[in-house]
Amino acid sequence: MKKSKKTAINNYVTYGIVLVFYGIVQIMINGGNLSSLMQGLLIPLCAYTILAVSLNLTVGILGELSLGHAGFMCVGAFTGAMFTQITETTITNSVLRFFLAILVGIFFAGLAGLVVGVPVLRLKGDYLAIVTLAFGEIIKNLVNVIYFGVDDKGLHVSLKSSVELGMAADGKVIIKGAQGITGTPKDSTFFIGILILLVTLIVINNLINSRSGRAVMAIRDNRIAAESIGLNITQYKLLAFSISAAFAGAAGVLYAHNLATLTATSKNFGYNMSIMILVFVVLGGIGNIRGSMIAAVILTLLPELLRNVSPFVSDNRMLFYAIFLIGVMLFSQSPKAIDFRKRYLNFGKFLHKEPKKEVE
Amino acid sequence: MSFLTYLINGISLGSVYAIIALGYTMVYGIAKMLNFAHGDVIMVGGYVIFQLVFTMGLNPWLGILIAVIACTVLGVTIERVAYRPLRLASPLAVLITAIGVSYLLQNLALLVFTSNPKSFKSLINLPSLELAGGKLVISSEAIITILAGIAVVIGLTVFIKKTKAGRAMVAVSEDKGAAQLMGVNVDGTIALTFAIGSALAAIGSVLLCSAYPTLSPYTGSMPGIKAFVAAVFGGIGSIPGAMLGGILLGVIENLSKAYISSQMADAIVFGVLIIVLLVKPTGILGKKIQEKV
Repeated sequence: MKKSKKTAINNYVTYGIVLVFYGIVQIMINGGNLSSLMQGLLIPLCAYTILAVSLNLTVGILGELSLGHAGFMCVGAFTGAMFTQITETTITNSVLRFFLAILVGIFFAGLAGLVVGVPVLRLKGDYLAIVTLAFGEIIKNLVNVIYFGVDDKGLHVSLKSSVELGMAADGKVIIKGAQGITGTPKDSTFFIGILILLVTLIVINNLINSRSGRAVMAIRDNRIAAESIGLNITQYKLLAFSISAAFAGAAGVLYAHNLATLTATSKNFGYNMSIMILVFVVLGGIGNIRGSMIAAVILTLLPELLRNVSPFVSDNRMLFYAIFLIGVMLFSQSPKAIDFRKRYLNFGKFLHKEPKKEVE
Repeated sequence: MSFLTYLINGISLGSVYAIIALGYTMVYGIAKMLNFAHGDVIMVGGYVIFQLVFTMGLNPWLGILIAVIACTVLGVTIERVAYRPLRLASPLAVLITAIGVSYLLQNLALLVFTSNPKSFKSLINLPSLELAGGKLVISSEAIITILAGIAVVIGLTVFIKKTKAGRAMVAVSEDKGAAQLMGVNVDGTIALTFAIGSALAAIGSVLLCSAYPTLSPYTGSMPGIKAFVAAVFGGIGSIPGAMLGGILLGVIENLSKAYISSQMADAIVFGVLIIVLLVKPTGILGKKIQEKV
């Protein structure tokens, strides 16, 4: 009883941090203290934070490394932007349209998570990591060759060119292969971004503290023991994986409606993006939802803030991310470092939970 | 005849994948970790050769030798600094560290050599082989690559079967604890594995850069991932499996580039990997491992 109260308070603190952050940013915008560069960063910031929080569900709670998170973001971004383009003339209320677009993005990314998850989750560890990476690349490649248009007769899809679509004269080509989607209305706002972030946090925190969440963590800690008490391994793994994918989709929709041109490159939806999100999760603490949120905010804003102080650091941020990644892992996971911390640094237990002994 | 040309080029590309995949498969078999940085060791090898041979004008053979030594030292250093402290940690921690090392190498190369791709002239200056009255032309790169692949596989198999160090590797891969009790130096054997894998990466980089004559900090990452796919394909931990997987992968990639779509070739390769893993999770020649509590 006491523990559940503690987690409830802990969760409210997380939501409180988000609201306080929103308040501070609003005050700074009204006071004119925020540069336009920083203001332009606010929506991507929300998207990255949602991505980090949702990836933590897979990596921290489910305990499987997914390197294809950007792929699900890509699915959400493209389906959401397509929905907005198709309904641009029929739904004139931009807030309602964007809300529906987010639902569409969540639905399709979740569906993609389910479709990918069924084969992938039969594997584990390194195999799973490499296959999710492969799926991320496949999704990106597919998006780059698809042509999609809409006219009176309905929807047209082709893998060759926009001419192949055979569109009527009044038709509109929405996805132009590698050129992507252009002219999506900029429906994303910082307020909506914060709102989605809060919803993500509430859903994921409640999931973790529910019966299903405990089942997922039991599977992470010892699959065989979990199976022997009758948990349906596949079902719970799929649940966590597809929810994680669905929220990545929401982040994608948010991201897509902030750009005039949406293309799938290796920079935004490729392997690099997946790694960047992973860095947020690892530095924030694997399994620590609030930590990944804070890490995403700091690591996104820091390079911009340092641009004037030390251009070297902000230009080579990936280099420093890599060093952080190795350093944090060596410091927090190596048996010798854990020993050293126990002996000489008493604050160790606040920084890091005792790693569980592996049962061979 | 064009089909035969595509096939031979595919086998040649596959031999490059196979040589790189051997590095993955040996390390995975012994240290039970996916060395994500392997692909980037290839890239470093490529830059070493580029600097020595094309910028400083050294003899290519000497250049290759120095690159092999440099990659070996790099591989052993990575193992010592980043992987050895984590030997008893969770597999997830090791995997994330390996990704970190891969990123570190890529970004260091980006800093030192910038992102401008360098054009890498082929080091193999032999005339092409013409068969069937000039209808079927096989480049000398393809022949040398295929021969090198075969030589490496035979050499490694002999090394593992016949030498003491090779048998120690097999012992460590089967049971670390028991091997230690029998007097095998486990740390040394793992370091040796990394050394061999990285030396093969250097050879792979020569062949890769001769076949695809551009060099950038990202050169290693895609071939690296595909070589890992090849290793998984053939059954991880198995040396003939890596060769078989590499060649199959190269052929599939080249044929799908030629007959289906060049943009979709990567997607097809990964799709095949997923199908193989679903049908036979341990790969074509892999052993089935029973999981125990």
